[in-house]
Amino acid sequence: MDPSRKRRIRLVVALTAALLAASALIYTSFSAGSDEKTAGQLLDGAVAGKTYTLAGTVKDGSVRRADGVLWFSVRDPHRPVAVRVRYTGIVPDPFRAGRGVMVKVQRGAGDLFVGEKDTMVTKCPSKFQVAPPRPGSGGPASLT
Amino acid sequence: MATVGRALLIVAFAVALYGVGASLYGAFAGGRAWVDSGRRAVYALAGVLTIAFAIMEIAFLRSDFSFDVVATHSSTTTPTFYKATAAWSSQEGSLLLWVWLLSVWSSLALLVTRRRVREVAPVATAVLLTFASFFLMLTIFFAQPFTTLAAVPQEGTGLNPLLRHPAMMFHPPMLYSGYTLFSIPFAFAIGALITRRLNAEWIVSTRRFALAAWLCLGVGIVLGARWSYTELGWGGYWAWDPVENASLLPWLTGTAFIHSIMIQERRGMLKVWNASLVLATGTLAILGTFLVRSGILDSIHAFGASTLGVPFLILIGAMVLGSVGLVVWRRADLTSEHRLDSLLSREAVFLFQNVILVGLAFVVWWGTFFPLISEAVTGTRASVGPPWFDKYIVPLAFVLVALSGIGPLVPWRRLTWASVRRGFVLPALAALVTVLALLAVPGAWMEPKAAAFTGVVAFVLASVGQELWRGMRARQASARESAPVALAGVVRRNRRRYGGYVVHAGFAVLLLGVAVSSSFQHARDISLRPGQSARVDGFDITYVRATARAASEKISLGAVLDISKHGRHVATLRTTRGFYPSQDISQGIVGRFFGGESESEVGLRAGLGRDIWTVINPNLAPLTPIIEQGNRTFRRAMVGIMTGPAAKRQQAVAQLYALRDAAVTAVARRFVTSPWPADFRFIVSPLATWIWLGAIITFLGGLLALWPAPAAARRRVSAGYAARVARELARTTQ
Amino acid sequence: MIELLVVFAVVLAVVAVVGAPLRRGAQGLDPDAAARAELADLEAAKEAKYQEIRDAELDMRTGKLSDEDHRVLDGELRAEAIALLKRLDAVRARVGADAAPVAPPPAVG
Repeated sequence: MDPSRKRRIRLVVALTAALLAASALIYTSFSAGSDEKTAGQLLDGAVAGKTYTLAGTVKDGSVRRADGVLWFSVRDPHRPVAVRVRYTGIVPDPFRAGRGVMVKVQRGAGDLFVGEKDTMVTKCPSKFQVAPPRPGSGGPASLT
Repeated sequence: MATVGRALLIVAFAVALYGVGASLYGAFAGGRAWVDSGRRAVYALAGVLTIAFAIMEIAFLRSDFSFDVVATHSSTTTPTFYKATAAWSSQEGSLLLWVWLLSVWSSLALLVTRRRVREVAPVATAVLLTFASFFLMLTIFFAQPFTTLAAVPQEGTGLNPLLRHPAMMFHPPMLYSGYTLFSIPFAFAIGALITRRLNAEWIVSTRRFALAAWLCLGVGIVLGARWSYTELGWGGYWAWDPVENASLLPWLTGTAFIHSIMIQERRGMLKVWNASLVLATGTLAILGTFLVRSGILDSIHAFGASTLGVPFLILIGAMVLGSVGLVVWRRADLTSEHRLDSLLSREAVFLFQNVILVGLAFVVWWGTFFPLISEAVTGTRASVGPPWFDKYIVPLAFVLVALSGIGPLVPWRRLTWASVRRGFVLPALAALVTVLALLAVPGAWMEPKAAAFTGVVAFVLASVGQELWRGMRARQASARESAPVALAGVVRRNRRRYGGYVVHAGFAVLLLGVAVSSSFQHARDISLRPGQSARVDGFDITYVRATARAASEKISLGAVLDISKHGRHVATLRTTRGFYPSQDISQGIVGRFFGGESESEVGLRAGLGRDIWTVINPNLAPLTPIIEQGNRTFRRAMVGIMTGPAAKRQQAVAQLYALRDAAVTAVARRFVTSPWPADFRFIVSPLATWIWLGAIITFLGGLLALWPAPAAARRRVSAGYAARVARELARTTQ
Repeated sequence: MIELLVVFAVVLAVVAVVGAPLRRGAQGLDPDAAARAELADLEAAKEAKYQEIRDAELDMRTGKLSDEDHRVLDGELRAEAIALLKRLDAVRARVGADAAPVAPPPAVG
């Protein structure tokens, strides 16, 4: 066979294989992806048995730990609603009230959502936008 | 000195803009003097930015809180080592670091190439200075590192405790060195395309910078992984986080580039591919920088939503459009000089490896940007997690490692059956023996992928070992040297080849550590009181006693744990959780000492066989009533002092703070005196240490490949071959 | 005041460094630039070819190539090297003896 024709065939085969592989990858990403939802969106339309990624801010005063389970509420950024989350697993070090958090959840009873183990991610605390401390505030942080 | 810093940034910006103009004018109209002036603008830029960066560093080391960036990222109680690193923990400081490193590496590249690539270098200079201008524009108009505070605080906010780790000292400078070093072959590629000097010279001149970039970026990535493993309380080292992925993307395409340029050097092939790869790598390096700064994707690393997203998008858009346009415009000059001789050749193996690496990069890129893509396509933001990444990355990595063992065995141009018999038998036997030996290891074949991968790694190690052995024997045959001397000699004379082989071996070991530690890991979350024990993967872990320490910087609550197996003591682990004071006075005079940032000190026993890892998460809820009582008591006392006689107020406040310190210490000590159950995570990971060992071997191999041979030795060798060829030439012309 | 002096000193230094080549006098474009660039490309290609010859010899001595295969490949490579040398001679003749020497390419290996 003419070498240039052989090369063209090889190129076509390779490109077709690449296209098929990319298509499979793209298709599975849309089926495997979990939708990012706010608390309000979950309350309005979450169905039991489906996994969602809840994104929002941890509500002040809502964090409680008991028997290896973490309980907290996540506020909706746009509406005055929150969902309660029951979570087990890794809790990232920066987790605390008032911080952004993302966690995979499934609907439980009422406004309770059960977090999937080890799926929590927190936003790095935005120290870069924190106002500098006022002079003399809080006294010297000195402990012997 | 902040004023000097601000002024120097403006001077630097002016120098960079001048350099762009001078270089381009010199290249196309003005001649050598303007080109030299443009190059010197890069040297001057490096000098000016070194002074500016030094001013910022000195401000951090002196805890000069008149600098906004110092007040918000450092404190008097931050250890000196971390004060120095705090300079690049901020958006502003990290941008200054980026442009400083760019100026330094660009100066080195232009100094080294000043008598070569004379047509290409001026355009490359203009490109590099354009990058510098962009980043300086950001530091002048968007994120100023030398902003001062009208009211200077007595104390700073402090460095994010998660960043107080030795790896964090070097992780950003190494990453940014990688990004900025990749800008150099990018810039020279642009220059080569514009000036149509697309043959070997520009590649040969910048090859070492591409390799150095690969090395620095790789070290930065591994340092980040090590930080995650030993500092963050989750026990892992890679989470397919968007910012992690962003640094991996240029590393993958850069790896492909440093292989495929060998084909262009030798055979004048793959010019379009190489030009596209290096332009993509440079663009991905800027993209990685953009991802961290824009807040566009949620990541633990991201700086948070910022105003820098739009300028970066414009730059990246220009780079993508410009790169594609240039390659299409110059496609006639990018035709290959030769064709592939055989699909069974080292060239073909490199090509296949390139395809795998680009495939890996595509998977990582798609998964990283999927939230934005899905939002654009469906209107809903969706994300994919580690299981999706693993589904595609694992098989591709499998093939990649196999190729890294096959490549060294295959000669250039064509492979014959005789070559296969001579080269492949021993490594294939090593793989087979390893796989069979694993049958004798209980549970090894419960994870068949990991077991099969071990066989592939054995193939790679045997292949590299065989090459080193045969090289040593060949040298012994000609030079009559002892084995160690012969081995050193053949490696010294062929650094690029054998450095590459060592990299392959190291990378295989690294991925073996990843495969085995993740496949056979045992993790357990459990709540224990002092005296109680738990069992994880055959190890008995006993919570011996609680610890508490109150220091000026933080309060640490922790545990001492005894690890034993079959009654025999294995290790003693210590883990703590540190609580830093908050600046938020609404948390109370006592409460704010427990309400700030917190971080884990991991208890780790690393070994060649397995790592035993643990963190403690002491629940502070039992302390809440006593903390609130303390808040009330001290608040009443403070009110009393403030409403009392003014003359004694200062002394009274000082006494109150001393009492408060004692109270906080006593509260912390309750964790020891009246301990309550604490939550622990225990992880036993086989061969986890091999990840770090493999990384060290990889980067030593990279250094070996990068190290230049002494000039005299190069000339001797080159002259020898030149003489032989000259004799041939003389014969053919007679 | 001292800050102003520091900035002024830096600006002076920058102007001195950047302006030095211009003070030596404008030289205009190099008329031999294209030929010099071609020479540099050929020099780099020549060094790469020598490296290929070395690599082929090492492949033979480490058993990746048989003696026969190496003989054939070495012949091909040397013929390619000779072609490069001839092109180099032709370009050197065009550039002429008066031209400044081209810097040697960096080591390929």
